[in-house]
Amino acid sequence: MTNARNRTLILFALMGLLLLLEGTVHWQVHPLNADAAGYTILSGSWNVVLEIVLMCLLSAIMALGVNLQWGYAGLFSTGIVGFVALGGLAGVLVSLPPVTAVWNAAGVGRLVVALLTGLGVVGLAVFAYGHLKGRARTWGVTAILVGGFFLYRAIFDPAVAYIEANDPAAAGNIGGLGLPALVAWPAGALMAAAAAWAIGKTALGLRSDYLAIATLGIGEIIVAVMKNEDWLDRGVKNATQIPRPWPVPTEVSLQESQRFLDFCANWGLNPVNASTIAVQLLYALLFTAVLLLILWACELALNSPWGRMMRAIRDNETASGAMGKDVTKRHLQVFILGAAICGMAGAMLVTRDGQLVPSSYTPLRFTFTIWLMVIVGGSGNNWGSVLGAFLIWYLWNKVFDWGSAAMWSATQYMDPASGLKTALTGSAEQMRTIVMGVILLVVLRFAPKGLLPEK
Amino acid sequence: MDFLNALVALLNFVVIPATAYGAQLALGALAATLVYGVLRFSNFALGDTMAFGAAVVILFTWWFQSMGISFGPVPTAILALPFGIAAMSAVALLTDRTVYRYYRRVKAKPVIVVIASMGVMFIMAGITRMIIGVQEIQFADGQKFLIDPTAFRTATGLNEGLALRMTQAITVVTAGLVVWALFWFLNRTRTGKSMRAYSDNEDLALLSGINPERVVAITWIIASGLAVIAGTLYGLDKSYKAFNYFALLLPIFAAAVVGGLGNPLGAIAGGFLIAFSEIGLTYAWKKVASYILPESLMPDGLMQLLSTEYKFSVSFAILIIVLLFKPTGIFKGKAV
Repeated sequence: MTNARNRTLILFALMGLLLLLEGTVHWQVHPLNADAAGYTILSGSWNVVLEIVLMCLLSAIMALGVNLQWGYAGLFSTGIVGFVALGGLAGVLVSLPPVTAVWNAAGVGRLVVALLTGLGVVGLAVFAYGHLKGRARTWGVTAILVGGFFLYRAIFDPAVAYIEANDPAAAGNIGGLGLPALVAWPAGALMAAAAAWAIGKTALGLRSDYLAIATLGIGEIIVAVMKNEDWLDRGVKNATQIPRPWPVPTEVSLQESQRFLDFCANWGLNPVNASTIAVQLLYALLFTAVLLLILWACELALNSPWGRMMRAIRDNETASGAMGKDVTKRHLQVFILGAAICGMAGAMLVTRDGQLVPSSYTPLRFTFTIWLMVIVGGSGNNWGSVLGAFLIWYLWNKVFDWGSAAMWSATQYMDPASGLKTALTGSAEQMRTIVMGVILLVVLRFAPKGLLPEK
Repeated sequence: MDFLNALVALLNFVVIPATAYGAQLALGALAATLVYGVLRFSNFALGDTMAFGAAVVILFTWWFQSMGISFGPVPTAILALPFGIAAMSAVALLTDRTVYRYYRRVKAKPVIVVIASMGVMFIMAGITRMIIGVQEIQFADGQKFLIDPTAFRTATGLNEGLALRMTQAITVVTAGLVVWALFWFLNRTRTGKSMRAYSDNEDLALLSGINPERVVAITWIIASGLAVIAGTLYGLDKSYKAFNYFALLLPIFAAAVVGGLGNPLGAIAGGFLIAFSEIGLTYAWKKVASYILPESLMPDGLMQLLSTEYKFSVSFAILIIVLLFKPTGIFKGKAV
């Protein structure tokens, strides 16, 4: 017990040391024939550190969600990117101001009717499926779905055309509810939870590979919808100017505040740099608070009878089923919880970025990297997930720099015009992918329990 | 005449592209299903194996082109295929030796092996993009059309031209040959039979003296061969982009699951089912309808059920429907 605690402390301290080095040591290499600026090994900039730490914190929250699904319950889901993206969508739909020009009967009104019709059709189909039998059921359900689809499109399409025709360069969407950004966070969790309920209802209870394939699909579809439905979130035109969460001011307003200027003058700080760092710090504090809250809740759940039951189900489904535990229901529950946490992190991410960029949601970045964090940290151990998130995100950032520096150094005596040199020096982005893959394979093989094994 | 025009438009925009795409998916799904049948896990690295293999083929194609070797009207890439297959077989065997064999020995849960295949996917994706880049590459050479649309129009006097591109014809012919050879191998040769036996019942197969490592090695060789062929044909048909292959995972898995995981015949049927549904639902039917419907009945829209960006949701929907109502697939696969 103390051993495990010491290990946790030491590893977290080492992680802190890495970040401290990044913040204090400025180290660049200057290969021959390279750009004059040289290549950064360590940036020595607290701004960079804070930038990394903010994403570490958000990744840690996502990793806690995945750990809930995988570490506690053994569910293998590859649709994390979808839940994170849905959370981001919540940021848009909740906290952007409404585009009032289309909030009328022809626009949003009609849209709501269309969506309700769609829901009604699905509900009717489910009802018919439950109450009809044999051939009548097959044909009845098919007829309802096909007819319903055309009805839905007949109501939906004109509404979309109307909304998207409204000032396409600046708007073309419905906007949001204009609520504070903090409200978007739980809303993101709710939206992801709803999606997880729908997918869990269908795919859970089947074998593990099917869940992986089905969730891979749902992730891609959610992102595809967000890329193409301009009325919803402006699609690839990106929804911008998402407001910041409550205590975080803008840099400009800080620089205009007399108290802040006095404070900077007292401490001899440059107000411009100080305002950036102050904003980042405030974000970091907010995110840390949320992370600690979720971590605390997860730890509580893990050590409760519920947590013991989940692990029992994970380790032996048949035996737990025989003990009277409803395995499918518990799986659904934990799947929804995990997805909700990922959705919340997604909403937090867009309220920090200030914009929603649907094309940035790639499975590589938001599904497989999060998986890597959980596995490297130690499946089933919440502190492990946090540590994994910090370490992997730090590496994700640094491997790119180190890769560039290494490639330039390795090729410095080559002819600058040679194709091989161009190919090698341009491959830092790919190095990152390869290094992540190697880390995953090495950990999985030689330390399958991760850095901080489950107790 | 109108009816003929409608028929030609249908052939041109739906049947021919869907057949070519279906053949590509079927080959990919065969690779997925074989690995699943023998090694019992869903190989997430399959998409990137296809991308990697196609990249190797492209490199050989360029080399051949620089030496002035060509294959007449057929794309040079077909000549380069065997080299790509050989290279990827070696990569697959190496991967098996360094990664997968260990999990087989310790009898790890399938899901752990799936995660390992994710790691392999990362590495393969990185290497592929490193050697060939991320840009779009056109590497189809040789004759462009087997049936030229303008020539067809003048010859028949129809409004609609029928286009059959060389790459589409090559896709279907190659896929046909490969599938024929595969089934001959599985059903007629001793090795193929031992593979099927191992897939059906591992313990019984071991008991009757089948060497599991040999079966596994042959499975990897065949699966990577199929993946390279599928990847190259897809690249020839559409143009090569390393990023696109990951997105093929979903339709390929859907095809394999729909047909019944572990069942080769099902994988082929599944591939065509997915391809035809995808193209049928995302095609704008207005053109075909304009020939057969009277003017008064023509709807205003494009008559497109789903925009093409959502084509993957079609495979997903089919997958979900099958999982809900017939989890073992249309042709009984194994649901372990």
